[in-house]
Amino acid sequence: MAADNSVLLGLVEEFVSGQVDSKAAETSTGVKNGQFTILQLVEALGVSLSSSQPQTRGRGVQLLSQVLQECYSSLSEREVEVLLAFYENRLKDHYVIIPHVLQGLKALTKCSVLPPGSAVSVLKSIFQDIHVQSLMLAERSCVYNILISLMESKEEELKGLGADFIFGFVQSVDGERDPRNLLLAFQVARNIIQRGYDLGKFVEELFEVMSCYFPIDFSPPPSDPRGITQEELVLSLRAVLTGTSQFAEFLLPLIIEKLDSDIQSAKVDSLQTLAACGLTYSHKELAEFLPGLWSSIRREVSQTASERVESAGLSALSALVSCLSRSVLNSDSEDVLQVFLSLVLKDCQHHLCEPDLKLVWPSAKLLQAAAGASYRASLIVSAAIIPALLEQYNNRTQCAHRRTLLEVLQGFVQPTALSRPADGEDSVLVAFQQSLCGVVFSALTESSAGLQVTATRVLSALGQQPGLMAQTDVEKAVDHLSRLILEEDDPKLSSAVVECSGSLAHLHPKAFISRLIPRLKEEILSGQSDAAVRQRCVTALASVSSLASVVQESTPVLLQVLASAHTGSCGFSVEEVAAVCISLQKIAEHARDSEEIGRFFHDIIIPHLLGLCLQAALQTRDAGHSSPLTDEAVLSAIVPVMSTACAALRSESASRMAAQAVSLFLDGDVSFLPENAFPSKIQLLQSRAESGGLSQLVCLLMACVCSLPRSVEIPEIDRLLLQLEDLSCTCTHLFSFTSAAKCFAGLVNKRPAGEALDAVLERVMKRISVELENTSSGQRTQAFTLLLWLFALLSDPTLGSQAADGFGVLMSDCLDVLNRGCHADVRIMYRQRFFAENSTKLVQGFNSAEQEKKSCYLKALSHIVSNLPRQVQLTELPALLPLLLEALSCADQAVQLSTLSCLQPVLLEPPEALRNQLEALFSRLLALTTSPAMKVRIASLQCVHALSRLPEHTVLPFRARVLKALAVPLDDKKRLVRKEAVAARAEWFLLGSPGGR
Amino acid sequence: MSGGTRLENANPLIFQRSGDRLLTATDEDEDAADPIDDREIFDLIRSINDPEHPLSLEELNVVEQMRVNVNDEESTVSVEFTPTIPHCSMATLIGLSLKVKLLRSLPDRFKIDVHITPGTHASEDAVNKQLADKERVAAALENSQLLEVVNQCLSTRTM
Repeated sequence: MAADNSVLLGLVEEFVSGQVDSKAAETSTGVKNGQFTILQLVEALGVSLSSSQPQTRGRGVQLLSQVLQECYSSLSEREVEVLLAFYENRLKDHYVIIPHVLQGLKALTKCSVLPPGSAVSVLKSIFQDIHVQSLMLAERSCVYNILISLMESKEEELKGLGADFIFGFVQSVDGERDPRNLLLAFQVARNIIQRGYDLGKFVEELFEVMSCYFPIDFSPPPSDPRGITQEELVLSLRAVLTGTSQFAEFLLPLIIEKLDSDIQSAKVDSLQTLAACGLTYSHKELAEFLPGLWSSIRREVSQTASERVESAGLSALSALVSCLSRSVLNSDSEDVLQVFLSLVLKDCQHHLCEPDLKLVWPSAKLLQAAAGASYRASLIVSAAIIPALLEQYNNRTQCAHRRTLLEVLQGFVQPTALSRPADGEDSVLVAFQQSLCGVVFSALTESSAGLQVTATRVLSALGQQPGLMAQTDVEKAVDHLSRLILEEDDPKLSSAVVECSGSLAHLHPKAFISRLIPRLKEEILSGQSDAAVRQRCVTALASVSSLASVVQESTPVLLQVLASAHTGSCGFSVEEVAAVCISLQKIAEHARDSEEIGRFFHDIIIPHLLGLCLQAALQTRDAGHSSPLTDEAVLSAIVPVMSTACAALRSESASRMAAQAVSLFLDGDVSFLPENAFPSKIQLLQSRAESGGLSQLVCLLMACVCSLPRSVEIPEIDRLLLQLEDLSCTCTHLFSFTSAAKCFAGLVNKRPAGEALDAVLERVMKRISVELENTSSGQRTQAFTLLLWLFALLSDPTLGSQAADGFGVLMSDCLDVLNRGCHADVRIMYRQRFFAENSTKLVQGFNSAEQEKKSCYLKALSHIVSNLPRQVQLTELPALLPLLLEALSCADQAVQLSTLSCLQPVLLEPPEALRNQLEALFSRLLALTTSPAMKVRIASLQCVHALSRLPEHTVLPFRARVLKALAVPLDDKKRLVRKEAVAARAEWFLLGSPGGR
Repeated sequence: MSGGTRLENANPLIFQRSGDRLLTATDEDEDAADPIDDREIFDLIRSINDPEHPLSLEELNVVEQMRVNVNDEESTVSVEFTPTIPHCSMATLIGLSLKVKLLRSLPDRFKIDVHITPGTHASEDAVNKQLADKERVAAALENSQLLEVVNQCLSTRTM
């Protein structure tokens, strides 16, 4: 103990007289370890604390405070009491000591064992003895922190202080300037308001002291380490100002005043604050200021140049209206909502009726914002506006005017989340149902496409709400839609019509089944209409088929199209057949949500498709006549139809599907196919010397079995694998062996790990290596293909469950590079893991390879990199950048293109590493802008464009050079290139120029 | 943009924007050369911002496709623009913006002529003369305040 004491005395002595700051840390470690107690420390400090020199006293208090900051949690209540009494007393001491005293108090107030009454006495002494705003920044922050921690722990006691507390706070905050402290002060004020402290007679004072910062205009110094943003300050101040309705009488005039400001951010902030008020205020606070607020909002929305101000204004109006709608009516007072809305209507309505429709949009938006705020408001507004709009529409004859009016109308027809009628309430539009439908139908028969597009939108909005369209109206609408599908060839219009049909068909399937589908069917199969019309019909069929009942009617039509394409009766082209398949696939996607659709596909569609393809293949082999269904493009379009449908199958039908497909392909069992007229024992998995034919149907096997859920047992899988392996290695038909390899890979991927899998893999590996020894290059390619798929799938962990999705991704990545027979290409698909393992190998390979092979490595590398997720790209880029730059100067256009396409997104947010390579990058990119390939030129120009967004100081040195180089592609012979060049050059001109960026 | 001063034409008529040019098969064809045509020039200038309003020149109908004439072989471009009101003081500025945009976006070989649609502006001749004078255009772009306004007109709006 004695030894400890002398140690402690030594520490204190060195800190106080020796001015060795590090001793404080040592002392506090000592206290924490239990080496000394606080009492001992205080005793040891005795001399310095009672010294007549303020500096010495300050040093003593500083040591004590620093120790307390470390160990406040271990103090007992008695110790805290004594220490608090000491510190409170010290507040009256010399000014050099005050900072340390406040530090000590801050530590003590964080104690969990504050004795009762201490909070009040601490605050009283602080408010009494200190003038906060004359302190330094750090000490002011201390005071706010003391307030915050006392408000956390001693709420009751502080509330007991009553208005004195508020007054003290107001006095200490008045004049605060530092954003860090302001954030703290706002937090204290928010606590005061939200936790129900009694503001007493100081409401106005508190408001004044807070509102003087409104609206906040703060631009943080560059490279601000504290990271305080304007946004943060604005939000915390807004929470204070809008926190209580007691501020309303001061805040609302302030908002009206600030809305007159010329600064845009002030306007936006005021409007947003007003919108926030709508949540806490009631109509009583608002009533007095409504006319003023309305005229300000109206002025801002109709005169503003900025979309931010406009949307802030509209949401403020909407908040006001919904606040008024919440108000409870007194029997003797008038309905404030009604009064306010009639004011709004009075000011806006006449704009809707003016002959030139100039101010129609701002007024319409204001009215729509008001109507969208609540059900009651939408009732009042609709009742006044919709008849006027309908009348206007009927009086006008110009299409442009009618379109504007219809667009305005659309905004009123579509209910918002707030104005949706509750259960048991009718839609606000019921009264106008007849005339609305009439207007829409008349618009649908107009000649202007824009008007018709708007009409279809209004129609879908009407159809969406119950009770707005009677049965006859729906039928009429469907007739109009069918007519538009058949007759109109404007692409925008037909896509709008198709979209509208889709949304209506979901609600009124019957009308579509009885009216639309038969008409389209007739048109498609008549054989007289041209391809574009048929294409529109097919797309429309796909979009209306979202319910099982519609699907059952529409898909047979599509199947019939395929069948007649097969027999060649209507002269369908391959593209059309493929488009039909795409539509089928869109329909198949609904099978995920509806089991009924899935079953329908399983029972009817898939067997029919298989049957048709088989028929086509057999017929081609026998008769030499080629049906479109044997075309690879069509088969590749059928594959996603079947795999989408199969992926959605539930367990039982899924295993039936698997069994049927496997027995068809292995044993030639055709019993489940419709129109059973096939020769028995067809061998589908036998490769033949003559190419194509039956073997390419293996892609359908892939579609069926590879997308089934993992849990489904595939019967006879070993035999199947063996046959597939055979086919993929011996068949010479590209499409067949690729599909066989994919199918094989898909199956292997689904097998659980274990000996059986290992055995299969070993066998395949052996076979592949034997094949590789073979000098015949054709066979090597196939073996590679198989290997590629196998490894691709095995190493991709996401694929297990989603082989179907994965397939799509993998295929799209792969099709273009398959069969190049170049070693590097084979390794593309491994994604990140593959990348991690192999990029170094590739880089090494690149460095050691001979000149002509280098491009292969570069190609592989650029392919890998462009397939990587962005995060990985960014981290890996520094290492790869030199190689990628090398790839840009490689002569192969495919390499250039893929490198550019992976560079471009990176350039939008360039990593640090790029900065040092800019010189090399610019010279290569600018050289590529005159490349012979159009796509390379376009991609390189896009990269140059992206580079203009780099920090100005890094790219400004290149400006003159870039501008000069970009003058050349301005005269390019291709318009698309010129367009990119113009865009890039314009940005580069603005760079570093006044008013530019 | 106008800094609170009165707008000369506070309530202009607004016209519809035309859609993007449709892509055709020839556009994608590597070998086919696409000559620079009226629509391409119009696409260059239609998105220029008006100095007064947050609208493009196309929306204010200041420029129209039918008032653009280009001859790719002879390397000439002629653009007529129509001020919204006959006393518009911004006419010179709009003309300057048009001219600068075309200078920046067209190959050197083109002779660029920008002038006011005959009969639509009070001081038509004076403005046309200024715009046709190379020296004056160059001098105007040396003036950093003027350049700033022109650049603001030419910067792409973020919508």
